[in-house]
Amino acid sequence: MNIIVCVKQVLDPEIPPAKFKIDPETKQVIPPPGVPPVISVYDERAVEAACRLKDTHKGNITVISMGSEKAADVIKHAISMGADDGFVLSDAAFENLDSFGIAYVLSKAIEKIGGYDLVLCGRQAADWGAGQVGSILAEILGIPIVTLACDIEAADKNIKVKRIVSDGYEVLEAPLPSLVTVSSEIGLPRLPAGMRLMIARKKQIPVWTAQDIGAEASQLGTDNAHTEITGLSVPDRKTECEIITGATSSEAAVNLAVKLNELK
Amino acid sequence: MDSKGVLVCGEIADGQLAPITIELLGIGRKLADDLGEELSALLMGSNIGDVGQEAIAYGADNVYVAEDSLLENYNSDAYTQVAANLCKKVLPSIVLLGHTDIGCDLAPRLNGRLGGGLAMESMALSIDPATKLLVSTRPVFGGNAHATVLSKTARPQMATVRPKTVPPAERDDSRQGKVIPVEDKIDPAAIKVKVVDRIKEEVEGVRLEDAEVVIAGGRGMGNAQDFGKLRELADILGGAVGATRVACDEGWAAATLQVGQSGKVVSPKLYIAVGLSGAMAHIAGCLGSKYIVAINSDKEANIFNVAHFGIVADHKEILPTLIEKFKELKAG
Repeated sequence: MNIIVCVKQVLDPEIPPAKFKIDPETKQVIPPPGVPPVISVYDERAVEAACRLKDTHKGNITVISMGSEKAADVIKHAISMGADDGFVLSDAAFENLDSFGIAYVLSKAIEKIGGYDLVLCGRQAADWGAGQVGSILAEILGIPIVTLACDIEAADKNIKVKRIVSDGYEVLEAPLPSLVTVSSEIGLPRLPAGMRLMIARKKQIPVWTAQDIGAEASQLGTDNAHTEITGLSVPDRKTECEIITGATSSEAAVNLAVKLNELK
Repeated sequence: MDSKGVLVCGEIADGQLAPITIELLGIGRKLADDLGEELSALLMGSNIGDVGQEAIAYGADNVYVAEDSLLENYNSDAYTQVAANLCKKVLPSIVLLGHTDIGCDLAPRLNGRLGGGLAMESMALSIDPATKLLVSTRPVFGGNAHATVLSKTARPQMATVRPKTVPPAERDDSRQGKVIPVEDKIDPAAIKVKVVDRIKEEVEGVRLEDAEVVIAGGRGMGNAQDFGKLRELADILGGAVGATRVACDEGWAAATLQVGQSGKVVSPKLYIAVGLSGAMAHIAGCLGSKYIVAINSDKEANIFNVAHFGIVADHKEILPTLIEKFKELKAG
C-alpha cells in the first residue's frame, strides 16, 4: 500500500500563552525565541495512521511538507516514526498561500510522486486551523474523501474508515485511491526509537520548488487568493484571580468549597 | 452572472429544524437585510414534510427542498452533489453552514467544488458597509488569536458558524415564503463513499461536553492514582473529568477526556483545573467556562491568569479536604 502523508510544521501549541506574540501589521505570529516548531498534532496522527497501515499491509510511506527548508525536521520526525521518504516543498511563490493555493501545490507534488493508494492529512492545522486543505485537495485530485477519521482499516481495493461524530462514530467504506483526514481520536503517535532515529538523521530530504513540481505561477499569485486575512488580534482574557487563603492548606480548601458552593 | 442572496444549508434533527439551523437563519436574515437581498435555505432529507414551512417561519424567503432516499442520512458525496448543483444554479453570494458534524465535512468540500472563499468556525459575521463584503471572525492558534477573513472576488463567500454563538431567529408563522422542490436527481455513480454503520457511544456518567462542572488535571497530578481523586470530586459535584494532553499521554486519563485544541472544547459553569499550568493548547478548550478555578503549587502558572479563583498549593494538600467539605455541603 502506497501512502502519501501531508504534514505541516507549526508553532508549538504547548507553549504558555505569554510567549504567544503576534504582529497585527503583517498579520503574522512572531515565533517565540528558543521554541522549535513542531509537527502539527493532527498531522502526526496522520503519520501514525499511515505507520499502522504499513505495519499490517507493508508498502511505502512518503511524507510531504510545504514550508521553509526547516520543514525537513518534521519530515525526519515522520521518518523516525516509520515513513520511508519525504520531500519539502519550498519556494518564495508558496509563501502566504490560502487553502486553495496550498492544496494546489500539494496536488502537484502528489501527482509528481504518483502511484498512491491513499493520501492522508491531519483534520486541520494546529496553527491557522483552516480545516479545508484536505477537502480541496481531494477535489483537485478527483478522489473520494473521508474526513475526521479515528480508525482506518484496509482491505483489497477498499478502506473502512471510522469517522468521529459528536455522539459516536460512523463507519464508511471508500474505494482506493482516496484521501482521509485524521483526527486525534485515532490515538497516540508512536515514539521514534533506536534504528529509526538513525535512519531519519541520515536521510536526505530533497527540496522541490514550484518548477520541480510544475506549479504554475498563475495559480499562486495573491490575485488568485480566495480568502484574505484582514486582521489578527489577541483577545484580552486576563481575569482578576481571587486567591483563596487560610491559616492552613486545609482551611484554604474549606474556604474554596464554601465559596464555590455559594456561586451556584 | 452576479451572485446574489444568502443561502443557509440547513440540518434537520428529529423531523424539525436543528437548533444550529435556526441560529443560521437568524444571522442569515440579518446579513440578507443588510445587503437588501433574499434569504434562502436548502433542506436535504428523505421525507422533509413541513420543515420547509418552519424555515419560512424562521425567516427564509425561499426554501429549496431536496428529497431523495439517498439523502435520508448524511452522506458526504450525495449532500455535496445536491448542494453544489443548487449553488451553481441559484448563485448565492453567501453560503452559511453549521460548524457541526455535517458542516465540518460538507462546507470545505462544497467550497472546493465551487471555488469560493470559506471561513470555518466563525464566531461573528457582518457585512462591511463600504464594500458589501462578508467579514468573518474566526479563532486561530486554538482560539488564542482571532482573525478576520474575507473574500474579495471568490464566490460564494462561505462560513461555518459555531453552535450557540449567534442568537436564534424568532419564529413568526405569519411570514410568507416559497418552498421550491429541487428537481435534479442524484447521480448514484457519484456516490463513492458509503456509510455502512452508525454507532452511538454511550458514556458513563455525564458527557464531558455537556457537563456543568468539569474537574481537569494535568502533569502536576503526578500519577494515575492521584489523578483518580479527580473522579471522586467530579462525582460529588455531578460533573465530568477532563485532562490535559500530557495527562492523556501519560495514560492517567482516556484520550477521549482530553480538553483543549486537539481534544474537546467545553464550556461548563465551573471548571476546576488541578495541577495544570494552562498551556495555550489546553486553555483553548476551557475558556468558555463561566468560572475557572486553579489549584496549582506554582503561583506563576499561566492558569492563574485566566482563573477567577485560585489556591496556590500542592493539590495533595487541597483535594482531600475539598472533597470532604463538598460532601458535607452537598449532604446539606
